[in-house]
Amino acid sequence: MPQNVEKVLDHENLFREPEYKAMFDNKRSQFEFRVPAEELAKQIEYAKTWEYREKNFAREALTVNPAKACQPLGAVFAAVGFEKTLPFVHGSQGCVAYYRSHFSRHFKEPTSCVSSSMTEDAAVFGGLNNMIDGLANTYNLYKPEMIAVSTTCMAEVIGDDLDAFIKTSKQKGSIPAEFDVPFAHTPAFVGSHITGYDNALQGIIKYFWDGKAGQGTALTRIPNESINFIGGFDGFVCGNLPEIRRMLDLMGVEHTILCDPSDVWNTPTDGEFRMYDGGTTKAQVEAAINAKATISFQGYSTEKTMKLIKEHGHDTTSFHHPMGVTGTDAFLMKVSELTGKPIPKELELERGRLVDAIADSQAHLHGKKFALYGDPDLMLGMTAFLLELGAEPVHVLSTNGDKEWAEKVQVLLDASPFGKNCKAYPKADLWHMRSLLFTEKVDFLIGNTYGKYLERDCGTPLIRLGFPIFDRHHHHRFPIWGYQGALRVLTMLLDEYFEALDANTIGIGTTDYSYDIIR
Amino acid sequence: MSLTVEENKALIEEVLKAYPEKTAKKRAKHLGTFEDGKPDCGVKSNIKSLPGVMTIRGCAYAGSKGVVWGPIKDMIHISHGPVGCGQYSWASRRNYYIGETGIDTFGTMQFTSDFQEKDIVFGGDKKLEKIIDEIEVLFPLNKGITVQSECPIGLIGDDIEAVSKKKAKEYEGKTIVPVRCEGFRGVSQSLGHHIANDAVRDWVFDKVDPNKNVFESSPYDVAIIGDYNIGGDAWSSRILLEEMGLRVIAQWSGDGTIAELENTPKAKLNVLHCYRSMNYISRHMEEKYGIPWVEYNFFGPTMIEKSLREIASHFDDTIKANAEVVIAKYRKLIDETIAKYKPRLQGKKVMLFVGGLRPRHVIGAYEDLGMEVVGTGYEFGHNDDYQRTTHYVKDGTLIYDDVTGYEFEKFVEKVQPDLVGSGIKEKYVFQKMGVPFRQMHSWDYSGPYHGYDGFAIFARDMDMAINSPVWSLTKAPWKKAA
Repeated sequence: MPQNVEKVLDHENLFREPEYKAMFDNKRSQFEFRVPAEELAKQIEYAKTWEYREKNFAREALTVNPAKACQPLGAVFAAVGFEKTLPFVHGSQGCVAYYRSHFSRHFKEPTSCVSSSMTEDAAVFGGLNNMIDGLANTYNLYKPEMIAVSTTCMAEVIGDDLDAFIKTSKQKGSIPAEFDVPFAHTPAFVGSHITGYDNALQGIIKYFWDGKAGQGTALTRIPNESINFIGGFDGFVCGNLPEIRRMLDLMGVEHTILCDPSDVWNTPTDGEFRMYDGGTTKAQVEAAINAKATISFQGYSTEKTMKLIKEHGHDTTSFHHPMGVTGTDAFLMKVSELTGKPIPKELELERGRLVDAIADSQAHLHGKKFALYGDPDLMLGMTAFLLELGAEPVHVLSTNGDKEWAEKVQVLLDASPFGKNCKAYPKADLWHMRSLLFTEKVDFLIGNTYGKYLERDCGTPLIRLGFPIFDRHHHHRFPIWGYQGALRVLTMLLDEYFEALDANTIGIGTTDYSYDIIR
Repeated sequence: MSLTVEENKALIEEVLKAYPEKTAKKRAKHLGTFEDGKPDCGVKSNIKSLPGVMTIRGCAYAGSKGVVWGPIKDMIHISHGPVGCGQYSWASRRNYYIGETGIDTFGTMQFTSDFQEKDIVFGGDKKLEKIIDEIEVLFPLNKGITVQSECPIGLIGDDIEAVSKKKAKEYEGKTIVPVRCEGFRGVSQSLGHHIANDAVRDWVFDKVDPNKNVFESSPYDVAIIGDYNIGGDAWSSRILLEEMGLRVIAQWSGDGTIAELENTPKAKLNVLHCYRSMNYISRHMEEKYGIPWVEYNFFGPTMIEKSLREIASHFDDTIKANAEVVIAKYRKLIDETIAKYKPRLQGKKVMLFVGGLRPRHVIGAYEDLGMEVVGTGYEFGHNDDYQRTTHYVKDGTLIYDDVTGYEFEKFVEKVQPDLVGSGIKEKYVFQKMGVPFRQMHSWDYSGPYHGYDGFAIFARDMDMAINSPVWSLTKAPWKKAA
């Protein structure tokens, strides 16, 4: 009997006990009728070959282990970033259960969001009644100050018209006529979660700036000295946005962060559940039209939003997740250029300390080969940072990055001696990455939690950066942006390098010589 | 102590006040109190969730792909439609299995047709055909394919049945199962379970080649039905059945294989854990193959003992005697577990809100530790679940069917339990409030909780949740003094 009360065996160890091992062997040999061992071994090896890689890359229809989610997830992210705003997703209810679980598994925080719970009858007759009843219930029960509506693929396929439905709901008295309900159509079969973020954010800004969907008057822009900042879909948002705010405050720049979920996904445990906390206020959104400029930190995540803002006369700049020294330099210089405010000594000092840290450690990362995957903006930022460290970003892969994105990555790679023999892979998934890792080996892999299956299959150590991260705690609470953020990412890269080195030299009586106390 | 019937009534009335009148009237039918002697729990169930109330429920796809089919490890399950559904349900349920993932097993992988606008406009059947071809090239050792429909499939009129038949023929009788589990069907994941069960009946049982995967039957052959091996639950159950001298020929569906499904009609008895998700196929096997089925409960020693005897009663005296030997063998472990944890947990109040069988099945395990379940409810239960619940709950237990976020928060605020057991969406809400919490879908990434080995883990986990020092830190000391 393996179990022991004094030292309770968890699943990790319980099933390695002889009783269970015997049981597994028995089950397998008698009832599973699995593939014969020889055939299995052959396929395991074959799946590592160049020939398999070619077949794998010849895929046209099947997607295996993608690194992207669907639009409505991003729409919920965007909605959560506004004060006392409840995301309302029009369509099937299971979707909302998924988004809430997904975010809660990453942030280890509650995520409040409602569904209009459409079923078969709504599929036939449309979801108008679901909208009418749903808005009334949400409004009365959860007392939001704004309800941000988006859609699931079901509502999109049957062609429900949000604008008309919301207006009808107001006419039927489900919510007061003046209650703010911005909306965005977010079909899951177009783009990815970053598209949904973009559509929803654009919807909210458009709603407030362009006359509340015909129920108010469009705002007139009177330019002032302030700037707007948009972060884009970002798993590290709880650490990143406060860091941006800190840097802009240090510069004395008047600014508005459009969409800021960094408080509601970072509430204290003090006896009170806060369904709403922080976020951009409606007044801030309205005032933001007067800003002289708007900066997006992730251009691919904000294409439509930035287009709308530009149309309103803003000086707009879209970065691609700038990281490291050069990336942060470019951001701060842009802010300085836009506002005329100098970059203060404090930030210069932080920059110097980051450069100091890189100089201390560069020898350990120089020439190391990396594979990385994730959202297109993150990939551009991380690629640039790796090149800056003298590392080689050999495989840069994105499921939701397109050909144009890949060309951008290639320009970065071509501009650096460390980018030689490195390549970008647009619209590819983690099964493609598996072939890359087997055929052209690298030292480290950078990606989200799902990368751990690649780490296991290919033996490439994983550094967790991206979204979602389910299996490590609290990473999202720390910034990866700014000089401070770069220091953290640098430390993560180095930690993994040193861990791998120690693990590779831990043999007693075999590799004693390299198991060093000073690195 | 739980609240009294009158106190519960007042609480429910108070909570309903927040709703618009029409909604309050509808929700009132789902909230109640169990009173001794009543045949059910006095609540309506398996009814559409109301829009905008923050239901905890999922969808039919979740019930089919996420629960029933997903764990069958040597088949490839295609999430057919846009990318999201497969992404959010990717490996999140911890249906443990052993195998070469990506080569001959596929449990923790996400296969999707990643629908684009053109697939919606022109239909996805051609793409599905191509996907099946590509699977055969890249994953030739797969033992079958299922097509798990997402919402658009049924709306755009795709004929996944025709594609499946065509491709099955092309690949010489390969098992290809179309499943009509579009998320908008039904009121919760429950219909997805049913649809998935029916798909096994129609596309596996009715097409079995009797000369394939043959083994010699024994009089002691049983199949475990309705155990998804979360954290290894089915394993810590199987070991007890085998120790009793029974031969487990199939696991449905945790760590299961298509061969096990196909051979299940050879069982002498089906033992059913999650009644809600797999009673359909159990009834079918009873009608068609004459296989009796028996429900059992492997949470906590009291229910385990009862279940072992009940299962043994379907067999000869050897098995019956063996059941007693097994019970005796684990007695020491159980006595030690209870001796260690009961004093720390005695009298603690628990509120549950879970799916499947757990809102009733885990009550005995808590009681074995001296704890009391004062409120419970089903995410997607039917009336037969609430009838079965009457054997478990005490007079005055607060019952909430398809509870809304608002109701659950208010109930917990008022009842002030020492522990809440529910899901990931609820976990952090209650922890913020300072209430200890355990996820009772995923065992909070722990487990197994089934069987004797699992009970020790369960007891340890409940103790560490309730008696964690963190709960004494939620108020700043300078505020406490004020």
